[in-house]
Amino acid sequence: MKTRKSTPYLYMLPGCLMVLFFVYIPVIANCVYSFFRLSSYSADMKFVGFDNYVRFFTNDTFWIMIRNNVLYCVISLIVQVGFGTVIALLLESSVAGRFRNVFRNIYYIPALISLTAVGLMFTYVYEPNLGLLNSALKALGLSGWTQAWLGDSKLAIYCIIAMSQWQFTGYITLLMVVAFQNVPNDYIEAAAIDGAGPVRRAVSIILPLAKEQFLVCTIITVIGAFKLFTEVYSTTAGGPGNSSQVLGLFLYQNAFLHDDLGMAAATGVFIFVITMVLSIIQLRVSRSGEV
Amino acid sequence: MTKKKTLTILVNILFIFLALIIFLPMAWMLVNSLKTNQELFRNSLALPAVPQFINWVNAWNKGLYKYFGNSLIVSGCSLAGILILSSLLAYGLTRFNAKGSNVIFLIVLGGMALSEQVALVPLYKILKAIHVYNTYFAVILPYIAFRIPFTVFLMRSYFIAIPKELEEAAVVDGYNSLQIFQKIIVPISKPIFASCAIVCLNHVWNEFLFANVFLESKELMTIPIGLMTFKGDLRADYTVMLAGIIIASLPMIVLFLCMSKQFVRGLTAGAVKG
Repeated sequence: MKTRKSTPYLYMLPGCLMVLFFVYIPVIANCVYSFFRLSSYSADMKFVGFDNYVRFFTNDTFWIMIRNNVLYCVISLIVQVGFGTVIALLLESSVAGRFRNVFRNIYYIPALISLTAVGLMFTYVYEPNLGLLNSALKALGLSGWTQAWLGDSKLAIYCIIAMSQWQFTGYITLLMVVAFQNVPNDYIEAAAIDGAGPVRRAVSIILPLAKEQFLVCTIITVIGAFKLFTEVYSTTAGGPGNSSQVLGLFLYQNAFLHDDLGMAAATGVFIFVITMVLSIIQLRVSRSGEV
Repeated sequence: MTKKKTLTILVNILFIFLALIIFLPMAWMLVNSLKTNQELFRNSLALPAVPQFINWVNAWNKGLYKYFGNSLIVSGCSLAGILILSSLLAYGLTRFNAKGSNVIFLIVLGGMALSEQVALVPLYKILKAIHVYNTYFAVILPYIAFRIPFTVFLMRSYFIAIPKELEEAAVVDGYNSLQIFQKIIVPISKPIFASCAIVCLNHVWNEFLFANVFLESKELMTIPIGLMTFKGDLRADYTVMLAGIIIASLPMIVLFLCMSKQFVRGLTAGAVKG
């Protein structure tokens, strides 16, 4: 095709500018901000060196946040990725029956609801007096098991984690189902002729051939765990006390409630380092195979 | 064969049990959204004496319609921006053998690794500085920018596979590169446009972090933040609130049930959560 040398770049320019201006520059600016003390209401910036980082790492809630984010991460890996994959295997197995697609779609539905709607819905489910959970326990004669749920500082974070498992396990299941469907049937049949049972086929043929998708699922789950924000914001807002505080919410509260943008920026850099490393692994993995 | 049948039954019992876990909170919410508040307080597990569809009407009239309209405007503009800019970018990257296109692609793709939270504080300042804070553009611009990397990633792999011969024939017919894009590339790529659109829509429609920070006035709020405000406005009117949550959630679910094929393809081509 006869085109001027600049033509392709003209097509690329608007999109690139958008990404540069609204993604790259803010992220770089955030790294700079983390060394300053600054406010939303004025343009003044005061260089404070590593002070924001010192305050961040020595903050009372630092270890609470790390514990909560890591808890969320580990439980999500077990339930969403682990159990979700097992369900996907069952849905794709010969014993699934003819409603497999119906079940697959049902399990995916919660992932379509906004995080705020799910959060609000579960605040009613967990509500101590009229909520679904305590009402059901009472109806089953298990009044002794009723709890304050989100109002209990020991339970709150687990309630939020449980809610997320409800919402996203079906999403991972769906991703894994499609990966399993891409495994060539010949391989599975050949293994069956060689006498491999269904469990053996799953472990030795299907899972290894879908391992890239499995890795992608693992990584998006881990990244999601460290970006956690809306789920906590819409249910407990970090409470009771600071018991369900997480990194993302801490950033938000420092920036827009305490007007401590420097501290928020330092928190952002911390999240950035974690998610960046994991995203690079994800890109590597998803580019190496046909994910 | 009987062993297989037993297994099928057992596995399906498990499937039904899991489906119940998914449906139970939603069904409970649906039932209670049709009750009066007194009925809800008396027993949240009971069915309503007379279904109160008025709750849904109230939820809609008490502000939800406004948030809905805002979400439509924001999602529509964002979607158009994302698709146009990403497809042009992917076109420039793939169909010209342009020098440096691999580097540009990697830089754009790198944007996928940067999370919204890390950009939050500076974006807030930038949006204020360019005087778009608390306007529709305050969320539309970041939504477009943050979805471009992912969408380019999907479109690029699709465009690369389009045979060169089609373009060569068009060049003979005297088409310029923009006409080739409009009349050949875009029509052929409809499936990937649909997949990208649907995945981006799901993301934009439900986005909370940016909308919560960059939109201040009630007149502009999208559904996810609108719902939070709604809760504050309604206070003890639980049943109307529940109706609001349902109305807010329906569009994406209905869309999924109608277009699950495009959904699945878009989701699996580039798995990104949240």
